[in-house]
Amino acid sequence: MAVHTSQSVVKAAGDDVARGRSRGTGNPPPPGRIRRALSTHWYAWTMVAPVVVVIGVIIGYPLVRGIYLSLTDANERNVARSIGVNHLPATYKFVGLDNYTDALTGNQFLGTLGWTLVWTVSCVSITFGLGMALANILNRKIAGRSAYRMALILPWAVPGFVSVFAWRFLYNNDRGLLNKVLAGGGIDGINWLGDPTIAKISVIVVNVWLGVPFMMVALLGGLQSIPSEQYEAAEMDGATAWQRFRHVTLPGLRPVSTTVILLSTIWTFNMFPVIFLLTRGGPGEATQILVTQAYKFSFEVSPRDFAQSSTWGVLILVLLLIFATIYRRVLRTQGDDW
Amino acid sequence: MRRGITATALVAALALAATACGSDDKSDGGSKSSGELSGTVTWWDTSTAGSEDKVFKKIAEGFEKLHPKVDVKYVNVPFGDAQNKFKNAAQAGSGAPDVIRSEVAWTPEFADLGYLAPLDGTPALQKESDFLKQAAASTKYNGKTYAVPQVIDSMGIFYNKKMFKAAGVEVPTTIDELKTVSKKIKAKTGKTGFYLRGDDAYWFLSFLYGEGGDMVNAADKTVTIDDAAGVKAMKVVKDLVDSGAAKTDATDGWDNMQASFKNGDVAMMINGPWAVADTYTGKEFQDKANLGVAPVPSGSAAQGAPQGGHNLAVYAGSKNLDASYAFVDYMTSVKTQAQVTKELNLLPTRTSAYAEEPVVNNEIVGFFKPVVESAVERPWIPETGSLFAPLVTEYTKVLTGQTTPEKAVKTTGDSYRKLLKGWK
Repeated sequence: MAVHTSQSVVKAAGDDVARGRSRGTGNPPPPGRIRRALSTHWYAWTMVAPVVVVIGVIIGYPLVRGIYLSLTDANERNVARSIGVNHLPATYKFVGLDNYTDALTGNQFLGTLGWTLVWTVSCVSITFGLGMALANILNRKIAGRSAYRMALILPWAVPGFVSVFAWRFLYNNDRGLLNKVLAGGGIDGINWLGDPTIAKISVIVVNVWLGVPFMMVALLGGLQSIPSEQYEAAEMDGATAWQRFRHVTLPGLRPVSTTVILLSTIWTFNMFPVIFLLTRGGPGEATQILVTQAYKFSFEVSPRDFAQSSTWGVLILVLLLIFATIYRRVLRTQGDDW
Repeated sequence: MRRGITATALVAALALAATACGSDDKSDGGSKSSGELSGTVTWWDTSTAGSEDKVFKKIAEGFEKLHPKVDVKYVNVPFGDAQNKFKNAAQAGSGAPDVIRSEVAWTPEFADLGYLAPLDGTPALQKESDFLKQAAASTKYNGKTYAVPQVIDSMGIFYNKKMFKAAGVEVPTTIDELKTVSKKIKAKTGKTGFYLRGDDAYWFLSFLYGEGGDMVNAADKTVTIDDAAGVKAMKVVKDLVDSGAAKTDATDGWDNMQASFKNGDVAMMINGPWAVADTYTGKEFQDKANLGVAPVPSGSAAQGAPQGGHNLAVYAGSKNLDASYAFVDYMTSVKTQAQVTKELNLLPTRTSAYAEEPVVNNEIVGFFKPVVESAVERPWIPETGSLFAPLVTEYTKVLTGQTTPEKAVKTTGDSYRKLLKGWK
């Protein structure tokens, strides 16, 4: 039994088996190379097998199933289901790349993608800027520094949906605190979540508020790892504060900042809870990002459209893969090693 | 040889597993030979939380007094989520309730998807001829009955009598009157006249019917939402908001509408009997006589409100069908319906219930009964429950100025045609 699994594992993991140097022959692989590799490294494969199996079950299967569904016209009415006494067979069929052409030629996907990009870029750049500013402030010796740090980490400590609901109350038109404050100042209330443009700004504000602590903590860690000798040397050379920031702090932070920007981009691109809980993608479809729209296809419209939802899911994955690849390549040309 | 042993063992194990699956004995309740019901019945109720749900919970648990061995689990699911929540659970085959309170438009859809147990000839369906014809219509699908009517309703204008008196206005009967009344209320009291619910397309229907339109015409299989009447109806609601006669919200519409009306921030709203119990909890309606109800204002072509209501349906995958049937029967009996009317002012679905004492003298029922009788019925096809999702997106877009009435109904019509294969 064990032999069987490990064999398949070798295939799954590609059969470039690294051999121990002492046993390396350098000859072209003789027949039974796999068997030899197994006899040499069987313990390693046995150790890896459970992980490979678990990842295969948890990530691999849904991924393959999602890709498969995106090539069919599966929806709620034609998938197999057996409920008590009613047994209904599957009747959906293979439609090839139709779903993809529909998505990429229709307005809905491209329009949603446009807003998703605006949302991602603005959220990431604002959180990064604020996080950087706060990290630099908190990196100095100021009175009550730890209290400030605690307070600024708070949004991160509260469960996401709790904070989002709190914001939703603040934004409420007639009874929300924000409009009450404005009314107290004699200004007309703003329709925070009801006006398409303002709703977009509102969701970005909430996401920035939620995202700043992570940026701040990560960059603070980065700042504290920059050796103070560098600053001293810069000061000796007569560098101004701005020059010190520009030529010591920023390069010193590079390894941290590149990582947090990549992570933050991926998270924001797929930031489901903020949009879903704050506006449900409304008013109309104004704040719908790709992920929430894919959810809507699968769970909110009826009949629930599994095929279209999977298609959007696969497209999201492809977009993020492309982004991550380009990002890493750009960094590598700038001499950053990953 | 060893391989042979393994194979044999494998076959044996499989055979064992198969027989274990096959011998599906009803260990989880059902009726015993003595005829006594037992087990758990989970009921998903979608009534208004905070007012109606308390009464329904009490009544549902009263079933345990009749059948001591049955345990009723009452769950209140928000109405807006219940349709999808049930579909998700029903399809997954886990987590679905035994009995669901299914809105009339959902019933044919659930039945078409195979989620509901047919009730003809079961104890759930007693004295079928006693049910009102309009109420029974939505429970039939493909010649079978899949649900039992629980309540029936329609919509009317709810108004605050004190505010009307202060402004010196009468109840509006047309859209134009609604606008003048709103203006006067604004001038006299500084409050907005009318709350238009902007995040639920059900509230758009009476305006659509008022212009002589409809979503679809099932008789000749055409989509009618993008006719001239549909455009006109969209223009009417947009004008109500733009002219300041009405206020609206794109999110949290139900909560905002009820809160504004209960606090006296608006003088009118369109609503149905299901909102009465909640409305009476507001500070403006400590004196219940302050709440007035009137027919919805007529548009340029007609006056019409949608006929709605709720049925009780049994999940086809229920482990406890017998107790569920009995529970549905109990919840839709004349006695239960009369009690519900007494406590919540909801309309019974049984003809004989209207002769019961608490129903006869109930003002709200007295008002809504004729409204229901003349209400517009939707076609009870599986897709009826799917018509609101595309419409509400466009409806909200119109109210928030993201699209024109013409474009909105065109987009809605197109998605209806995608949904209803072969309709014009």
